[in-house]
Amino acid sequence: MTIAGCEIELLRGGSGPALVFLHGAGGAHNWMPYMDLLAEHYSLYVPSHPGWGRSDTPDWLDGIGDLAYFYLDFLEAIGEDEVDLVGNSFGGWLALEIAVRSAARIKSLILVSAAGIHVAGVPKGDIFLWDDDERVYNTFYDPKLAEARLAKQPSEEDADIALKNHFSTAKMAWHPRFYNPELQKWLHRIAVPTFILWGDSDKIFPPAYGEAMQKLIPGSTLTILPECGHLPQQEKLDDFIAAVTAHTNNGAA
Amino acid sequence: MKFHFFHLMPYQDIDPDFLETNKSSWINLPNTYYDPKKGAKLYHRYLDELELADELGFDGVCVNEHHQTAYGMMPSPNVLAGALSRRLKKATIGVIGRALPIVENPLVIAEEFAMIDNLMEGRFIAGFVRGIGCEYHASMTNPGFSHERFREAHDLIVRAWSEPGPFEFYGKHYHFQYVNLWPRPYQSPRPPIWIPSQGSTETVEFAAHPDRKYTYIITFSPIASVKKNLKAYRDQCEVYGYECPPDQLGWAMPAYVAETDEIARKEAAPHIESLFNKFIMSPVQYKLPPGYSSLNSYKGVMAGKYKVRENYLTCDALIENGMFLCGSAATVAEKLEEYQKEMGFGNIAPMLQFGTLPADLTEKNLRIFASEVIPKVRHLGVTEETVAAQ
Repeated sequence: MTIAGCEIELLRGGSGPALVFLHGAGGAHNWMPYMDLLAEHYSLYVPSHPGWGRSDTPDWLDGIGDLAYFYLDFLEAIGEDEVDLVGNSFGGWLALEIAVRSAARIKSLILVSAAGIHVAGVPKGDIFLWDDDERVYNTFYDPKLAEARLAKQPSEEDADIALKNHFSTAKMAWHPRFYNPELQKWLHRIAVPTFILWGDSDKIFPPAYGEAMQKLIPGSTLTILPECGHLPQQEKLDDFIAAVTAHTNNGAA
Repeated sequence: MKFHFFHLMPYQDIDPDFLETNKSSWINLPNTYYDPKKGAKLYHRYLDELELADELGFDGVCVNEHHQTAYGMMPSPNVLAGALSRRLKKATIGVIGRALPIVENPLVIAEEFAMIDNLMEGRFIAGFVRGIGCEYHASMTNPGFSHERFREAHDLIVRAWSEPGPFEFYGKHYHFQYVNLWPRPYQSPRPPIWIPSQGSTETVEFAAHPDRKYTYIITFSPIASVKKNLKAYRDQCEVYGYECPPDQLGWAMPAYVAETDEIARKEAAPHIESLFNKFIMSPVQYKLPPGYSSLNSYKGVMAGKYKVRENYLTCDALIENGMFLCGSAATVAEKLEEYQKEMGFGNIAPMLQFGTLPADLTEKNLRIFASEVIPKVRHLGVTEETVAAQ
């Protein structure tokens, strides 16, 4: 699929109401178990952001605003009247940037360990100063999951893509670090049902970020999962699916 | 050949075991390690050493910029250039260099450099760098825009120096309705510009361009890569249709001379090893933040250079690979002569203080270098044009 001269990679699966999953800094170019489960309930779209995965890195990509406008075009281009929009981490920030611009195509919003705001006095993790191992260990609550991840030797393509993703993450989120100082002034504009999901042991954006975000978005609700790190869709897969489906009212379908 | 004593001004009084509890001497090494009483003394000692170089007949002295580190105490090299400007009788001052991309207003650099150029009545060399990766963590400047900001800040500064103001400048990163530099630089149309580099193709093409002809200085590199990079620059000049004059090439390296090769090695060893194994130390993600270099060159660097640096570098290994110029005056002069003939450089910027090298050995090094090395090799790399200019 090509938008604004940028060809992106798009993973698709399942049928039902449309759900778009916006990935985080690490990207989502490989099919994952959480996608299988989402595809049991939804017509699932997992695009790789411009600059990530096998998507192009367009010349116009200078900041999060560029991605937000790109995705407004994307939501029009996929031909769905409206979608449930899920964003994890960096993708959560992106979902917020899209929603404050226009929620015309958004039925509901689900923010999972989302970046995008700053909470005074609550230090974030620094994924750019951590080494590769620290970054993985600090992503999960359970060190065994980190060990399993580190034990896997990535393919050459996966290693290249991981580096490309890291470079694009820096370009979008280096400064201000993983947030937009203007954004929290306008989060009150988000009028679609919004659900926030967080791990209690998130070392990148501590749960205080989820609490602050919940206060900034009118009518939003927050669930904090015990013994869970930054990626609930991997570490607490069943809880993640249950929470998403409950929020979108598709749990019983 | 011209000789520029290059000082890095390390905070050498640091607890020698600091790396046992810290990963790096950069960015987040707690500043409680810095004792202002000791630091103040070091500043004055180092300035004395730079002033001594002037008295001993060095052509110039050089300072540079680094932030949040024990490696160098010069977040603002222009402050030190200002202090030196009233003391140096003959020597030039080179600030090699200021990191252009990490400031929000590059005109500040244009102004300060113009002030130093005025104070020095033209005995000033302006150095421009992108700044090493660590500076991007310290300043929070996005490394992904480093190249763009360097080029744009460079264009702005050079235009501010050489074009009548006011004029407007609207770039991608910098936007000015009125560029109108007061004071204008003393030298016309502008001070000479040096580009210290570790050898990227992009930098070579930029610096050698006939519109610029900037002096290209290779720093901190094994001799094989000094040769390779200076050759690449000379070749690029040929591609542009001119022959590279010696004064457009330079080499900056730590150097130590003593009575004999053996004494030089023995005296320098612990101090040069402290530089390469402690003061310079930082993990790769500190040095190479994402986007600072292109994806391909990042992969190249990861595969090559940093693998070498994982091992402890001994004095002998550093002398062997030519990163450290060390020996008797005869040995050092001989090497310089051999390298100059092969590489054609007309400037060297020896770092005659490094790491924990104390005041007495630094002074001895400066004196022997000035009295026994410089006279042997000064005639090299001098073109008729350079002689005429003098």
